[in-house]
Order: sequence, then C-alpha cells, then structure tokens
Amino acid sequence: MVFLDFEQPIEELTERIARVKEIGNTEKVDVSKTIVELEQKLVLAKQRVYKNLSRWQRVQLSRHPERPYTLYYIQQMFDNFVELHGDRQVADDKAIVGGLASLNGKSVMVIGHQKGTDTKSRQYRNFGMANPEGYRKALRLMHLAEKFDKPVICFIDTPGAYPGLEAEERGQAEAIARNLFEMSRLPVPIICVIIGEGASGGALGIGIGDRILMLENTWYSVISPESCSSILWHTWEHKEKAAEALRLTPQDMLQFKLIDEIVQEPFGGAHHDPAQTAATLKNTIEKYLTDLLVLNKKTLVSQRIQKFSTMGEFAQK
Amino acid sequence: MNWFRRVTQGIHTQMSERKEVPDGLWHRCSQCKTTTTTRAHKNNLWVCTNCDYHSRIGSEEYFEILFDKGTARKLFGNLIAKDTLDFTDSISYKKRLQQSQKKTGLDDAMQVAVGKLNGSELVVACMDFSFIGGSMGVVVGEKISRAIDHCLEHHLPLLIISKSGGARMMESAFSLMQMAKTSAKLTLLAEAKLPYISLMTDPTTGGVTASFAMLGDLNVAEPNALIGFAGPRVIKETIRRDLPDGFQTSEFLLEHGFLDKIIHRKQLKDQLGQLFAHFRQ
Repeated sequence: MVFLDFEQPIEELTERIARVKEIGNTEKVDVSKTIVELEQKLVLAKQRVYKNLSRWQRVQLSRHPERPYTLYYIQQMFDNFVELHGDRQVADDKAIVGGLASLNGKSVMVIGHQKGTDTKSRQYRNFGMANPEGYRKALRLMHLAEKFDKPVICFIDTPGAYPGLEAEERGQAEAIARNLFEMSRLPVPIICVIIGEGASGGALGIGIGDRILMLENTWYSVISPESCSSILWHTWEHKEKAAEALRLTPQDMLQFKLIDEIVQEPFGGAHHDPAQTAATLKNTIEKYLTDLLVLNKKTLVSQRIQKFSTMGEFAQK
Repeated sequence: MNWFRRVTQGIHTQMSERKEVPDGLWHRCSQCKTTTTTRAHKNNLWVCTNCDYHSRIGSEEYFEILFDKGTARKLFGNLIAKDTLDFTDSISYKKRLQQSQKKTGLDDAMQVAVGKLNGSELVVACMDFSFIGGSMGVVVGEKISRAIDHCLEHHLPLLIISKSGGARMMESAFSLMQMAKTSAKLTLLAEAKLPYISLMTDPTTGGVTASFAMLGDLNVAEPNALIGFAGPRVIKETIRRDLPDGFQTSEFLLEHGFLDKIIHRKQLKDQLGQLFAHFRQ
C-alpha cells in the first residue's frame, strides 16, 4: 500500500505490526498482546487522520495511485461488458472508454475517463486527459444509447481536458460544448458519478445528467488547486490554500445543491476496499435508475434542463 | 560656465496645477503603434485606420454599432454577483466586484439588450472584458438564461457576443455549472427553431468557448481574435515547443472548420442583418 504524507502515523503503525508479527513467527514468542495493543492504536490513528481530512487531503486521496478507475468499476458492477471504440472521425481516444454492459440483466451504456496504473499505461491513457475524439466517442455512444433506449452511466475522473496543440486544431472547445448541449436533451436517463478528479470542462464534458453523485474522497471544481494557485499567487505552493478557497469537496458541492448525493467510501478511501466501494456505488446507481426509468422522456429531459438552469445564486439590486 | 544655474532641485509644481494633454484625445494602436485622434478611431468603429486592428470594445460600443438608433432597451440590469464561497485571494471577491463595478460602471461582465438591427428585432447579449476579464460567473449565466427566455417568449432571434477569459475562478463550481446551464437553455431555443448566432471576439477562451460560444447555429468571429479552449501559455508549457504563427486566431479556426465566417467590424451590422434575414424569409 502507498501512503500519503498525512498518513505517516498510520504507515508507521502498520509497519510496526508487520514487524512484530514477523518476530512472532520467526522467534516463536507470543506477541498477540502487543499486536492487539498496536492494532488499537492503529484504529485511533486512522480515526484521527481520516475524520478530519482537509480539502487538500481529499484532493490527494482522489489521486491516490491505487485508487480504482472506471474499468475496475465496470468489471465489478456490470456483466457482459463490451468495449466500443472510436469516434468514427479521427481516432480512438484511450483516455475515455465506453461500451455496452448489463446491470442486473438490463443493458446500459457506460462511459468514463480512464487513467493508467503504471508509467506505461498512464502514458497510454494520457493521464485521463481526453482529446476531442474522446468526447466525440462518448457522444457517439450516447446517441447509440438514445437510439436503442438504454440508460447512460458516466464515470468522471480527469485532471482536465488535454491542453494540446492538436486538441485545439480538432476543436476541444467545440467537442465539450456539443456534449453539454446534446447531453442536456438526451431522452434517456443519465447518471454521472465523480469517482476521482472532477476538473473543469474536461469533467463536465461527460457530466450532464439527471443525477450527479460524488464518491466521498473526490473533488469537483472549475480549476485544479494547483492551477488556481499559479494564477492567483504565481506559484504552485499555495495549493492547500487554493483547495480551501475553491470549496471543491463533495460536502461543499452537496451544500451548494450542485450534486445529489455523496457515496460513502471505506474508511481511508476507496483503495482500502475497492470491491466494497463498487458494491455501495452499484446500490446507489440502481436506486436512482429505478426512480428515473418510470419518468416519461419529456419529463425526464425538462427536469434535467430545469436542474441545471437553477444552479447558482445571485443578488438583485 | 552656465548662464543659468538651478537653484533648487526637482519639480515643485503642485499636482493640482499640473497641465497635461486631456485624456482620450489621441489613440495609439496597440498593434502598429499608429496614432490617430480618438474621434477618428471611434468613427472607424474602433478599428485601426492603418493596420485594421480591431480594438477590444465593450457592450455599450457593440450596442451602438449594431442597434438602430434609439431602438435598444436594456434587460435584466438588476442582477449582481453574490460571493457565495467567501472567496479571497490578494483581495476579497466582494471587494474585487465593488472595484470592478466602480471602475467600469457595469454590474457584471455581460449586458443584455433588445432592439432593432436594420429594422428587425432581436436580443443581443454582450460580454465586457473590462469586468474581471469578461469571466463567466452566475450573473453571466443567468443573464444568458433570461435572454433565452425572453427570445422564447417574444419569438426573437439571439446574438451572443463573447469576449472572455473563461469561467470565473472566484465562483468555483458555480461558474463551472454556468457552462451546463447556458448549454441546456440553448436546447430550448433550438427546439423552438429560433436562430442563434454566436459572435466571438478577441479573446474568447476557456469555459465560454467550451459552452455557448461554440453552440451557435452560426459561429462567426471578428478578424484575428484569439479563440481557443486552453490558453496559449498552458499549451506551450504542456507540449514544450513553440506554437505556430496564427495559432488559435479566427483565421485558424475558420481553416479548421469551426467558424462559418469571419466578419470585419465595419460590415458587422449589415452582414448579421443579412444572416438573420435568411432565417426569417
């Protein structure tokens, strides 16, 4: 397990427990009492650390290298997943995956950002930063879902849409804008889940839905804390301060009524028990999907447009 | 030997007695540095008489250029931003709003007006770059939303003039959701088959480009405007090489198929009038 800087007390205790266990095995001495003591200490240390996470620490957890990504959740939650490739115009973007899958015997369209798990696959997935082709592939799959009346489920986890030269040439802005427009009026239920990072337009590009959920240790903002810090204070050093100012946690988002529900993660983050995280998420998605499937298409779309039309507070003179 | 000797050093004239050329008599083109009188520059619709550079102008100027004299009526002037996040960087967002309001005389980065263009009524929503970089916060999103409602109610076409650095950071996720809000509302305009022309001017970047600005039935731009998703500096840092000449200009976008046409400011009124007329006839 990889530990983050603020998890140091937990790391130390975990290592000590492992060492004591090893001594117990090799030296044939009774260490059970010591282990019980240490494990109690570990529980307390975990509570101290995880119950008072700062906004920046949640950002760190959302980027934990062992955190599950879209394809993991798809394998865990659905059956018969068939990945579908390509935008039919330029290429197949590896940073966004999608395809048909069964949820309790019913077919749905699943789409999501995908990050890699080691250096090679991270590069292959472009660190979850999609090009216009990714957004256009997503839109193609959504129109396919519309044609055959399948609900759409989106998993969001991106540090942003890719800011590259070719991305601009092929219309990154147009691709995202088009998705916002088309997703607003897609006549099938759409459920979006932030499973990691929700950075700006790159996240929103597959983020318009009837229900927006966030896993507990994720964030959603118009800009990453690092970029915010570099714009406001001309250095990346103030990322903690920026994270606080941006109010980007699921708790903030729920309080602002910009999302519908926070999905609990296992203690310490999704990577401590990925299967449990997937099971909880599956339950939540099923619950909302049942609600949405009874609505007629017109009501569904007009409620979705209404939902986004009322976001944001302003004052009147 | 000098004839005159300086008895006291420095300048002793009081600031209040200072004489200088009145402000705003001359205009110096920021591209070719040619100097003209402000009046000549204005008479040329704030376009350089020498190099054709289109100076950045605000909503008042665009309203003056586009609307038939005396027909424009402003809408939704009562909306002002709220600091929901209690955001503070070098100064608080509240203070920044007050300073910008005082400096520009505007309430926020967008004004909406209804009026006639060559005799036909339409709604124009125009951004102001002078107000916090033309950034899109809740007020800009709400004004577009209401402008669309007004179009739907009165069966009018819509023109949005974009000039913006993108979403307003000080409103975080709220400003992000304005991208969703404006795009969602535009689907209603599309359903009612009311035409929407998006005019992009220098600069149009970030969340504004990635939402309503790219969603026109027609996307048009002024010449040589910077239009893009990511800013040139960010792209340069990402790809670690120099950007080609003319990258992210209107001409670049036209070449890559993302604009219907480029319109010179002096032809703007007539050409927009002609385009809207095609949808009516």
